Amino acid sequence: MSVVELRDAAVRLGGRLVFSGVDLNVQTGEFLAVLGPNGAGKSTLMRAILGLVPLAAGRATVFGGTPARARGWIGYLPQRSGFDRATRLRGVDLVRLGVDGTRWGVPLPVSAVARERRRSERDRVDRVIEMVGAAAYAHRPVGELSGGEQQRLLIAQALVRTPQLLILDEPLDSLDLPNQVAVAALIRRIATDEQIAVMLVAHDVNPLLGYLDRVVYLGGGHALTGSVDEVITAPKLTALYGSPVEVLRTRDDRLVVVGLPEAPHHHGHRHDEEP
Amino acid sequence: MNPNPSLKFDLIADLRELFAFPFMVHALEAGTIVAVFAAAVGWYMVLRRQSFAGHTLSLMAFPGATGAALIGLPVSLGYYLACGAAAIAMGQTARASTRGFSSETAVIGTVQTVGLAAGYVFLSLNSAILSGTETLLFGTFLGVTQGQVAALLVIAAVTLALLTAVARPLLFSTVDRELARASGIPVATLDVLFLLLLALAVAATSQITGVLLVFAVLVAPPAAAQQLTSRPLAGLLLGILFALLVVWLGLAAAYFSPWPVGFYTTTFAFAVYVVARLIRSRR
Repeated sequence: MSVVELRDAAVRLGGRLVFSGVDLNVQTGEFLAVLGPNGAGKSTLMRAILGLVPLAAGRATVFGGTPARARGWIGYLPQRSGFDRATRLRGVDLVRLGVDGTRWGVPLPVSAVARERRRSERDRVDRVIEMVGAAAYAHRPVGELSGGEQQRLLIAQALVRTPQLLILDEPLDSLDLPNQVAVAALIRRIATDEQIAVMLVAHDVNPLLGYLDRVVYLGGGHALTGSVDEVITAPKLTALYGSPVEVLRTRDDRLVVVGLPEAPHHHGHRHDEEP
Repeated sequence: MNPNPSLKFDLIADLRELFAFPFMVHALEAGTIVAVFAAAVGWYMVLRRQSFAGHTLSLMAFPGATGAALIGLPVSLGYYLACGAAAIAMGQTARASTRGFSSETAVIGTVQTVGLAAGYVFLSLNSAILSGTETLLFGTFLGVTQGQVAALLVIAAVTLALLTAVARPLLFSTVDRELARASGIPVATLDVLFLLLLALAVAATSQITGVLLVFAVLVAPPAAAQQLTSRPLAGLLLGILFALLVVWLGLAAAYFSPWPVGFYTTTFAFAVYVVARLIRSRR
């Protein structure tokens, strides 16, 4: 089944055309990386699929309907910096907000039905924490956890409502390389085991190599879609940007893209990106 | 009033003396109400890092009270009106910012200074209440009327009801603003609503502790509770318990000694916070 379908999609933000003519088809259980330089519109594309920004042209279908109606099936992890050190809230509370953070009022476990629901929700929270391997530190304040630990808890929070599509905006950005690879492997496993489609925005494709099904490469206002080997090549990226781009492969099979109009690796400059 | 209150170091007799006078009973009632709902609002304020906004609101109570006295309105009405107006004004400036409120420190600082200056002008225009300046700034427990207690009770009930209604979405938007917004929570509306609840809490608290010492009830008890636990409900309840302790001990100490209640509540609050930090650092 088609999870996300974009046809000739275009988004305009503040009068500027961010991208146009984007076609995309995401299937159940597929793990896609959304790549491209700063300002190429990676986050904007995700927000369009979430129905948070309107399309200027084309059509977006999510789970066979409009993006707004599909919101309940999507687990979303926005681009964010880590939690403040002084955040006095446990990891398990953070995950729990994924279940009931949008509910008004407070629960009164007066009826057997309400108690039963609370218990099943608690079980679900425990299960996703187990799934992302965060059980050992889920009861500590999130502010005291490392970036990788916080990221796992945030992924658990996105998973707790049993979504069919997971949209993760730069979840690897603040992590060191071993943690980036570990989180990539975790996401691959979740996509396969739970049959969830995953779209992951990243600056750097290297930690994801070997785990991905396909990539979407945004640049020059357009998008290329395909496997890593199909898309990240000198002729394809040169055509996308309309200026010469080289792709180098290092001896340990890492990819380096040279000559982009904007530098591809702007770690720590996430605020340059448009919302 | 008891002309010469003194501790007999007999718990029953001392407690009996505390409750012997209506003014003291009113003060204890008012203090209890304020402690419960101000600490609940304060728990969110500390978590949201809006202590500076709370401080500003408390300073706005000063021109509110002096202004109300100047034009002949009840002083406590002045507290609520000024704090509420300041909350709405700050909420509007925060609305323009995507990062929410905590980054707007320059705006808050400006509002604060203007408010203090206005309060001082009102004060100098009305020499009749000049003698009450100290009370406005540092608090009193004398002269809390039955009507004031009733008003506090209504305000506390409304505030707690609203806070309960928005408890979880407010927590969500506090810890993860962007995701809360993406999940359909009206984050900007909650910002303004919370500032209004904070304004009510500040206005009520400043009638007991004075505008400068609001933190004794609003900030220190919940901050101490958050040092000791990161469980939301436990922290909230512990903060209320600390606030009750601070207010009760403060009122009792002030009754039996010549020093003002603001001094005692602030000192006890500070002590609670220091002890909480010590306990946490030893864990």
